[in-house]
Amino acid sequence: MFTTFANTFLGRLSWDALPKDAITRGGAATVVLGAFALVALITFTHRWKWLWKEWLTSQDPKRIGVMYIIVSAVMLLRGLGDVALMRAQQATSVGNSHGILDASHFQQIFSAHGTIMIFFVAMGFLFGLINLVLPLQLGARDVAFPFLNATSFWLFFSGMALVNLSLVIGDFSAAGWLAYPPLSELKFSPTTGVDYWIWSLEISGVGSLLSGINFLITILKMRAPGMTLRKMPMFAWSVMGSMTLVAFAFPILTVTLTLLALDRTIGTHFFTAGGGGNAMMYVNLIWAWGHPEVYILILPAFGIFSEVVPTFSRKPLFGYTSMVWAIWAIVALSFTVWLHHFFTMGAGADVNAFFGIMTAVIAVPTGVKIFNWLFTMYRGRIKFATPMLWFMGFTVMFTIGGVAGVLMSVPAIDYQVHNSLFLVAHFHMMIISGVLFGYFAGLSYWFPKVFGFRLHEGLGKLAFWCWAIGFMLAFTPLYILGLMGATRRLDHYDASLGWQPLFIVAGIGVLFVLAGVGAQVLQLVLSIWQRDQRRDFTGDPWGGRTLEWSVPSPAPVYNFTTLPVVEARDQFWVDKRAGKTAEPRYEDILLPKNTGAGVIIGALAFLVGFGMIWHIYWLALVAVLGIMVAVIVRASDDEPEYILKAKEVEKIDNALHRRKQYI
Amino acid sequence: MSPKVSEHNAHPLSLGKYISGFLGSILLTMTAYMLVTHGSANKAVVVGVLATLAVVQFVVQMVFFLHVGDERKPRWKLLVMFLMLGVVLILVGGSIWVMNDLNYRMMDSPQQMQKYLKSQDSL
Amino acid sequence: MSEVTTLDMSRIEAEATEKTVLGFWAYLMTDCVLFASLFAVYAVLHGNTFGGSNGRELFKLPYVLVETMALLTSSFTCGLAMIAAQKRDRSQVLLWLGVTFLLGLTFLGLELSEFHHMVLDGNSWRRSGFLSSYFTLVGTHGLHITFGLIWMAVISILILKRGFTESMLKRLTLLSLFWHFLDIIWIFIFTIVYLFGSLNI
Repeated sequence: MFTTFANTFLGRLSWDALPKDAITRGGAATVVLGAFALVALITFTHRWKWLWKEWLTSQDPKRIGVMYIIVSAVMLLRGLGDVALMRAQQATSVGNSHGILDASHFQQIFSAHGTIMIFFVAMGFLFGLINLVLPLQLGARDVAFPFLNATSFWLFFSGMALVNLSLVIGDFSAAGWLAYPPLSELKFSPTTGVDYWIWSLEISGVGSLLSGINFLITILKMRAPGMTLRKMPMFAWSVMGSMTLVAFAFPILTVTLTLLALDRTIGTHFFTAGGGGNAMMYVNLIWAWGHPEVYILILPAFGIFSEVVPTFSRKPLFGYTSMVWAIWAIVALSFTVWLHHFFTMGAGADVNAFFGIMTAVIAVPTGVKIFNWLFTMYRGRIKFATPMLWFMGFTVMFTIGGVAGVLMSVPAIDYQVHNSLFLVAHFHMMIISGVLFGYFAGLSYWFPKVFGFRLHEGLGKLAFWCWAIGFMLAFTPLYILGLMGATRRLDHYDASLGWQPLFIVAGIGVLFVLAGVGAQVLQLVLSIWQRDQRRDFTGDPWGGRTLEWSVPSPAPVYNFTTLPVVEARDQFWVDKRAGKTAEPRYEDILLPKNTGAGVIIGALAFLVGFGMIWHIYWLALVAVLGIMVAVIVRASDDEPEYILKAKEVEKIDNALHRRKQYI
Repeated sequence: MSPKVSEHNAHPLSLGKYISGFLGSILLTMTAYMLVTHGSANKAVVVGVLATLAVVQFVVQMVFFLHVGDERKPRWKLLVMFLMLGVVLILVGGSIWVMNDLNYRMMDSPQQMQKYLKSQDSL
Repeated sequence: MSEVTTLDMSRIEAEATEKTVLGFWAYLMTDCVLFASLFAVYAVLHGNTFGGSNGRELFKLPYVLVETMALLTSSFTCGLAMIAAQKRDRSQVLLWLGVTFLLGLTFLGLELSEFHHMVLDGNSWRRSGFLSSYFTLVGTHGLHITFGLIWMAVISILILKRGFTESMLKRLTLLSLFWHFLDIIWIFIFTIVYLFGSLNI
């Protein structure tokens, strides 16, 4: 009787779920000790109240953005840890040696690596940067729906928590970052692994979708007076394109994950090998989402370059109109290429040819963008600050990776290199030199705006070179290996193949990358240590062109004392050249009240996921009801905002401007 | 007196529109229903007519219940709706095209395999 | 906001309503893509009956017609509630909201009964790919209807407690968008699942 009670109450949770060997215990220990250390730090510095009031319940996108970035940076470290393990394995697991990991662990590690990097590093940096920059660039005070924004962050956090919990209790998916059935079905993956994968993505995916809608409406409805779309900064345009993709692609992911979950819980036959299921439909749907996803990530990175290059070339962006058209061409085309991820699944020549042609075509608008950036630099007065270096690295490596992609857009060629290391090298080149370098450029560019002091330039440049060299060393061998026949996800290979030296070079590359990360961490720590000497009192350390540079750094909670009136593109640059200074006017400002409802919804979402993963269905049900109650209570609130009186605004504003007297 | 929200709406709601939409939808639904239960035309035609009736009812309800035509400029709701329709057509149409093509190369029976090989002139 | 302020609260509220309605509309468009994915799955799997029953054998069209009429009528009465809301007529709003609720509940009850009988007869979502996709597509719509009904109940209670304010009008506008959208989705379920299914397409 007790066992039945335990089964209902605890689902399939048991002591067996705890890690049993050295590696998994190491992983679990890291998470547990890390969490413990964080809690201890906050407790001993008596910062719980401050944390709750200033950060966790904040509806200010400038705060929410910082939280996204901190979480993503930590997850980047975890993802890189996975990389180190994989490279070590592939460099040593030859012939008689089986390296440092057994097959099952290796599979979980590459699955976790991809999942974390895409969903909890790239998406997190993306939403973080948008939160920090978009409202300011548009001349707005906030995003369209502040509470939704906060809730999106907590759903993201909840998904991240589940992924990390899998290191402590249970296991993670061993089915790759996209978990194709039949491998991901119950029959072949009976443990909690795939369920952790499903639910962490399902939950954070809802957050992403809500953010997509939020930022889109922000752009449509909250631009400063006079800022027509054609006067909008290019970063904002790129966010508009990206969020359109988010809105229309993420529902596909939600459905696909749900169908897989239904197969695994209530016995449906969507993707099962029998019963009338069709596993290929999963591949079709997941890539119908998956291809737009990569454009969701890259478009804002392009937008960042469109801000960085003009600033550090002291010239306006070349070809603004063609840049906008290129964005929308990419948005439209990104829905027409998804089959190129499964040319080899057996479609006929006509289907493959159509998608192959569309894939080649989608390279064109990107090419337009690269030429426009280069033309922006031409005859400019170039300053090679760190953000500009990230851009330069991007131009070289993204082009190499891009032409590899165009090569694979030909189905006949793709048949040779599909799922080989050639493919792996291609998409890493796109994502790292495109998305990651772009986001690094954005982070180093806007850091002074967010925190009010500058980062150490020398360490930033060192970090770039370590990353660039390391990255080339890590992936050039993979192109060669792929063409030599090496498939992806190999945990062991024959000595006679002669592949080991190339894997060793790749491993050395990762060491350089880790050195680069070390430089970035050092840069951050040192800059914070020296922040008083590094203060920027101008609000405009780089000589920027767009509105975010017109406010003090860090920007006050209300962003602008009065909303700017925009008459031209790069209005701030125009005003600077004209020597225009505005006489400050103060008015009452409506701001959202802090609320813990977003945190609560995130926590309940975590419990839904946990309950579903461990088959503790009563918990999942109670948590779902809890979310419904929280949403109803919040939605019924007629006074979610408060008025910041003009006198208060004046006080804050004067205090910010008084700081300059201390230089 | 503070201006009412609806005064910002250029087109106040009218009972006539809702009644028209309701009657139109009933008519379209009953037509489709009768066609299936009593019709005996060939399948392709029936499918075509049913699809058309559905699309027409979609437009009727969009216009009369959701007031899609009433938006002031800029017509964001309309634009987002057309984008959605584009994505939906590509997703559903594309999936059917792709999956059908994949199924085509799935072996169903030895006889069908022979037939296919013959048509390819291979063996 | 009861305190004295220089802010033009009614203009701010009107702008906020516009923003919220557009945002909710955008959400409804994403929900259309969600349903489109389910339709795509249904299109691909509806022939996979795995030896079990197909649509023609399972669907009872007269029953479905009653369901359809109930939902369509409820969409109309929801419109009547909006007209009453425009006139700020509290009791009319509550009346038509109540009728809409009852019709929606009827629809849901009929659908659940249909599901119940199918499961009892061994035609559950476990039986085949066709039935998995049928239950999920139609069931997702039913789940949306359920949320709509809960929403209707909550709004009615709020109107009873607080009277009919501007923010109530905003909430009711969103609810009516949602409810009309659900009937539009049903047009396609009725046609593609039930009518096509009965013709064995």
